[in-house]
Amino acid sequence: MGQCQCGNSAESKEKYFAPLMKILEGYEKKEKDLIPVLQKAQDEYGYLPQDVIKEIANQLNLSFSQVYGVVTFYSQFHLEPRGENIIRVCMGTACHVRGAGEVLDKITEELGVDDGETTEDLKFTLESVACIGACGLAPVIMINDDTHGRLGADDIPEILAQYKE
Amino acid sequence: MDTITLTIDGQQVEVEQGATLLEAARELGIEIPTLCYHPSLSLHGSCRVCVVEDAKSGRLLASCVAPVNDGMEIVTNSSKARIARRTNVELLLANHPNDCLGCDRNGTCELQDITHDLGITRIDFEGEVRDLPVDDVGPSLKREPNKCILCGRCVRVCEEVQGVSALEFTQRGFESIVTTGFDLPQSEVNCANCGQCATVCPTAAITENRCREKVWNVLDDDSKHVIVQTAPSIQSTMGEEFGMEPGTVVTGKLAAALRRLGFDKVFSTDFAADLTIMEEGNEFIQRFKGKKKLPHITSCCPGWVKFCEHNYHDLIENLSSAKSPMSMFSSISKTYYAKKMGIDAEDVYTVAIMPCTAKKFEMNREELQEGGLETDAVLTTRELARMIKEMGIEFSTLEDEEYDSILGTSTGAATIFGTTGGVTEAALRTVKEELTGESLDRLGLGFDGIQEASLEIGDQTVNVVIANGLANAAKILDEVRAGESKYDFIEVMACPKGCVGGGGQPLPTNDEIKKKRAQGLRNIDESGKVRKSHKNPEIKKLYDDFLGEPLSGESHHLLHTRYKKRDKN
Repeated sequence: MGQCQCGNSAESKEKYFAPLMKILEGYEKKEKDLIPVLQKAQDEYGYLPQDVIKEIANQLNLSFSQVYGVVTFYSQFHLEPRGENIIRVCMGTACHVRGAGEVLDKITEELGVDDGETTEDLKFTLESVACIGACGLAPVIMINDDTHGRLGADDIPEILAQYKE
Repeated sequence: MDTITLTIDGQQVEVEQGATLLEAARELGIEIPTLCYHPSLSLHGSCRVCVVEDAKSGRLLASCVAPVNDGMEIVTNSSKARIARRTNVELLLANHPNDCLGCDRNGTCELQDITHDLGITRIDFEGEVRDLPVDDVGPSLKREPNKCILCGRCVRVCEEVQGVSALEFTQRGFESIVTTGFDLPQSEVNCANCGQCATVCPTAAITENRCREKVWNVLDDDSKHVIVQTAPSIQSTMGEEFGMEPGTVVTGKLAAALRRLGFDKVFSTDFAADLTIMEEGNEFIQRFKGKKKLPHITSCCPGWVKFCEHNYHDLIENLSSAKSPMSMFSSISKTYYAKKMGIDAEDVYTVAIMPCTAKKFEMNREELQEGGLETDAVLTTRELARMIKEMGIEFSTLEDEEYDSILGTSTGAATIFGTTGGVTEAALRTVKEELTGESLDRLGLGFDGIQEASLEIGDQTVNVVIANGLANAAKILDEVRAGESKYDFIEVMACPKGCVGGGGQPLPTNDEIKKKRAQGLRNIDESGKVRKSHKNPEIKKLYDDFLGEPLSGESHHLLHTRYKKRDKN
């Protein structure tokens, strides 16, 4: 899970961690810096690989488990690679009543991944969320920053196709 | 300091401002049940078992964390408080496996005790019982998250007392679990294997990894010559497992019980502790005279050694290269002893009874497995007690017996290895006499986490410091690293109060009990005829007949070891 792909040579390791070191330059490397450092590291690496978490722990003089504890507490942090496109399917009450379940099932079928998973080609990550606050458009999904509302299961293939290129 | 006056159960009490309701109640001798609270750790207030009622507002307060206020009227046992307590415990039980019969902590489980004390006979709630994997990969500790009640004592002891933080709360809500980074086996992270987590765990979520079966099997194997060594501290702790007062010296009963279990010879690690002093004492003399690799740092505690390898590998050179008494004993048992007895070394099976979970790890260290010199099995004090019970031996009424010679002869200096400061005191008794011919009887050390002493040896002063608890050790080591340390000799024991507070010792335990255990060891030392390691006749013989002299080539080969750098995390 989440091992870095940098190989073992010191040189490639240095290269792999270079962006992280750059991020850390802007901080005092104290405990209070943990969350912003994790956020920036995730932006950089796309997720938080084990080696990156370990290096952050070393640099901030924290233990591996303490950093892991913070990472697993907040849903904003991810331990697995994320897709290029993030699909959020609203499962709020209004969407639920108007067929969000079928929409989610259709996406699952089309992409071959379950809720919370990422496609093998790293194109899509599928997530169900509690409510995105657009009940008037129920059932609604978001792909990245785009909102797609008043959906039926049949609309899904066409919508996904827009993001497949 | 300002004081606060309040009423608890109709009795007025005056306590310092900032005290908790629990402390105030205990001042009055009123007992309130607790679970997540631990006197050696920071306050947590997560289990809500200690709730009491504020009579004025009718509110329930968690007494372990609620501060006292002037004029408060507290009722500790109102029906509202009692019902809430029961409900809170029932809710814990609703998610607990409740398989007490086969549980390692059956009889010493705090959750079980509280359930009984609160009169809970059935659980009305049906909660989800988790099915999380058990971590028993490592040699020392076993984690069963299903039995965890999330009291956080292990997390706190690991961070606050040991400065390790191998364990942490992870995930959240119902998914919360105490685990290591990335759920790695505890043996693959920065854990020192000290087992303090196991001693503070109220349930069996963390226990030692047992190896009793292995020992039973070999005791039945007639082709093996099975010998046992008991660590110094066991003499004043084993009695507790059989209802005796903490600190009761049971050396003779221990020897008798071990013989009844079927060991071919009953020996003592104390013998090897004397040997350690000979090697380490001379190593220190060499360093002190040559002003090299100072401060000299002790290395007999395997929890400390691993902590050092993770966090202070730049100071590995300063660690004594002497093996621990346990490992020295094993090396000697498979060479000198086997030869003397005319037994094939491969048939000698050496079992060590240790107060310690980290000794199970030490036994498995690669460099100690080399050359057929290894310890074959390590049992904790608790594991041995189980075996004695299983055999139906009435421990408390056993007639005292003697340890066997030749590896059972020891001195008072060796016995005090089992408590904080003991190694230093034993070493300096020999060092001073070797260097000046003058005798040293007492350093006069207490039981604090960090203690200093200085000793005039000839025209020079030796500055020593003793640390127990790894967070205390880290403070001393940080000074060394910064070049601000004045010490020549540093003793570190990973567990608070030394081996008497070890991760494998009887449960429950607390500072008071640990002090009594330590006093027991000091009493043995003080009543002993021979109190200096270099005066042990069998040790003298071992050098004359076999090793030559301390730090000789043969000694180095058999009695010294090496350490390695480990990742910080």
